[in-house]
Amino acid sequence: MSLFNIMAVSGSSLEAQGLRLNTIASNLANANSVAGSERDAYRARLPVFETVYRGAAGERGASAGVRVRGVVESALPPRQEYDPGHPLADPEGYIYRPQIDAVDEMANMIAASRAYQNSVQTMNTAKQLMLRTLTLGR
Amino acid sequence: MAFADRVMGVSPQALHLRAQRLELIAGNLANADTPGYKARDIDFRQAMAAASGAAPGAGELRRTHARHLTAAGLAPGGDAAADVRFRIPSQPSMDGNTVETQREQAAFMDNAVRYQASLTLLDGRIKSAISALRGGQR
Repeated sequence: MSLFNIMAVSGSSLEAQGLRLNTIASNLANANSVAGSERDAYRARLPVFETVYRGAAGERGASAGVRVRGVVESALPPRQEYDPGHPLADPEGYIYRPQIDAVDEMANMIAASRAYQNSVQTMNTAKQLMLRTLTLGR
Repeated sequence: MAFADRVMGVSPQALHLRAQRLELIAGNLANADTPGYKARDIDFRQAMAAASGAAPGAGELRRTHARHLTAAGLAPGGDAAADVRFRIPSQPSMDGNTVETQREQAAFMDNAVRYQASLTLLDGRIKSAISALRGGQR
């Protein structure tokens, strides 16, 4: 039944957006994490979304859910900072801070939470319609 | 035409198509942030005309024997093709995504209300039929 598929589609969106919020939270939490080498420094994480079609491609009404194909790390190199007094400083006296733009992350977070809300609303509407359909003829 | 068909009219087909359209739009909303996703929809007027038999030819099975089953009785709404089309965006985004959330939201709400309208109509018809079967007595 089509209305049940809406739950699956919107549910997949909730999951994907939830994961996106999760990565944003860890990016913001680690904005000030210092590392002793470029390799160990935290890099911003970004989820990559992908459409999942249920049913044969191009089939009428094939529902389109969304899933996270993977989480990629930002290619931006960590910021190198000279701080020889820091306990984590390398022999040359450098520490490495992640290249995270808080404004970027916040904007991303708002977009993710809006998308999440949209999906919740869609599910609610589908639920109401289903419940009304169940009482048909009563 | 079977008794049930006469009582129900076109409402079951309409409900079926509305549910299908809701599913498509839910998919669009779920993929609002998926790069490269193209928003899809169906032309309801055309699909309804095909489903209710106003436009014969499309997806109709030829019966070579009087005792063959009609295709209309097999699947709700018949098997007439409701073509899924891509929506033309007014402001395409750089990542190739053509979902415009406001537009999809509006379409979703509109469709949900029309689904309820069909449901109410069908409910009324079922109640009249029950009333007629009981001879007007409760």
